Amino acid sequence: MAVVFKKPEALTDAPLHYCPGCTHGIIHRLVAEAIDDLGILGRTVGVAPVGCAVMAYDYFSCDMVEAAHGRAPAVATGLKRARPENIVFTYQGDGDLASIGMAETVHAATRNENITVIFVNNAIYGMTGGQMAPTSLPGQVTQTSPYGRDVKTVGYPIKVCELLSALDAPYYIERVAVNNVKNVMNAKKAIRKAFENQVEGKGFSLIEVVSSCPTNWGMTPEKALKWVETDMIPYYPLGVYRDKSKEAE
Amino acid sequence: MAKVLMKGNEAIAEAAIRAGCRHYFGYPITPQTEVAAYMAKRMPKIGGTFLQAESEISAINMVYGVSSAGLRVMTSSSSPGVSLKQEGISYLAGSDLPALIVNVQRGGPGLGGIQPSQSDYFQATKGGGHGDYHLIVLAPASVQEMADLTVKAFDLADKYRMPAMLLADGTMGQMMEPVELPEECAHSVDKPWALTGTQGKREHNIINSLYLVPEQLEEKNLERYERYKTVERDEVMYEEYMLDDADVCVVAFGIAARVSKNAITAARAKGIKAGLIRPITLYPFPKDIIRKTAENVKGFVSVELSMGQMIDDIRLAEECKKPVTLCSRVGGMIPSPEEVLKAIEDMEGGKF
Repeated sequence: MAVVFKKPEALTDAPLHYCPGCTHGIIHRLVAEAIDDLGILGRTVGVAPVGCAVMAYDYFSCDMVEAAHGRAPAVATGLKRARPENIVFTYQGDGDLASIGMAETVHAATRNENITVIFVNNAIYGMTGGQMAPTSLPGQVTQTSPYGRDVKTVGYPIKVCELLSALDAPYYIERVAVNNVKNVMNAKKAIRKAFENQVEGKGFSLIEVVSSCPTNWGMTPEKALKWVETDMIPYYPLGVYRDKSKEAE
Repeated sequence: MAKVLMKGNEAIAEAAIRAGCRHYFGYPITPQTEVAAYMAKRMPKIGGTFLQAESEISAINMVYGVSSAGLRVMTSSSSPGVSLKQEGISYLAGSDLPALIVNVQRGGPGLGGIQPSQSDYFQATKGGGHGDYHLIVLAPASVQEMADLTVKAFDLADKYRMPAMLLADGTMGQMMEPVELPEECAHSVDKPWALTGTQGKREHNIINSLYLVPEQLEEKNLERYERYKTVERDEVMYEEYMLDDADVCVVAFGIAARVSKNAITAARAKGIKAGLIRPITLYPFPKDIIRKTAENVKGFVSVELSMGQMIDDIRLAEECKKPVTLCSRVGGMIPSPEEVLKAIEDMEGGKF
């Protein structure tokens, strides 16, 4: 019988710990498919963050390291400089990448470090039980913004793709979502491109994936995907923010 | 091999290269910046990496990345910068990764000053970051030792899979002395745990310090402390100076030991039998020789560029059998031989 669908080689058999309805599973799969498609599994090294994806080291079947909170781009820099022939990716959440690790993110980008960054933005700290993130929307209720995010006292959300595309150096920056089939297919293409860029030695690629957190948003998975559509994407418009291959043409 | 005249900081850098280190990450801070400057010149010429990181925090995490990949790697800084690195050092220890961290100490706390100090002794020898762990801590007292102990630190770090620290001070970093540089040698330590990519030939390697099951985390800590026991048994280094017939034993490391030697000569000229134990490894601390010496001396004088940190370890080692006094200057000041001599005379005369 012909195989029409199977688990990517780049994923292990370990059961995922993510909450029901969480889209980390989809994003893990897209990363693994990109690694499989490019035939780079044996030379790929992944960097797990601190946050919901902390145990990603158990889920990807390539060599893996667990970094301190926010430091994944610095750890990835070390790995890549040590063994440039390897393909190095980080997988980070919004608190990790856009709050505590902002310096590491910006400087890896401005060095055009030849790494791939997968940035999962679900507008909340999930692992610690739903606190305000640097990307929580204005008015969003969380455990540490119980009356809604008040932009007058805590400021506005950080738009990472827009911010990084103000730099001259980074090679590729795109924002995608995984809330419907069409967006998943686009996300798959973007993530694959981000790995391809590294294989070709082009430099820093970051894919922001607008994601959902039904548990900490206090919504059903279905309603959470709708909220991505109605509230998240309008604030975080999808699209390519930087593509140096196009600029060259 | 002929000797060359070098600054301490430069001797560290050149010795590291000769020990096979091809990756250096740092951030400018006085009085250790010459290490970075030397690496910036040399590394590009030998196919190595010099990278000025955006912060000390990033630098130590880049070190974490290279060490994970199985290669020799180092960073250097001075006291305030080393405080920033503590998070990463704890992760290196928790992930059993070898690396060299150089601390060319300056006065503190806070921004402190830029003159020499030894006041990071507690931080270096007791862990420094969160959790139960030790670093191997080596304390050079000459430019020659800046070079030799750099090589030794890499070897010990690889041997025991733990980070090592070279605990120097501003004087050691800035002074120039003749030094015989170590021979370039091939270092091929087998690191089957390293992240080289599976190459499709083995299960994936994971480098990690997270263990959510308490029994597992306890087991990891116990394993690590078994290794530390071996380090404490096999790797203690110290120098004895005029100790055989000594009535007063000075204990001092680094620049303080050099000042103390002058004071001991002066004491002997006055008929006072003084001697010195100079710890070269601060962790593991030379406990046995101090305990043995306690049987034969009237007391100890701890000479330090701190408010008295190593003195606690001396008291623990000699089990409070004999008095221990402190002779110290802080804030970037260095005790003079006369001040140390006075402390020796006071101990000899029972005035303390």
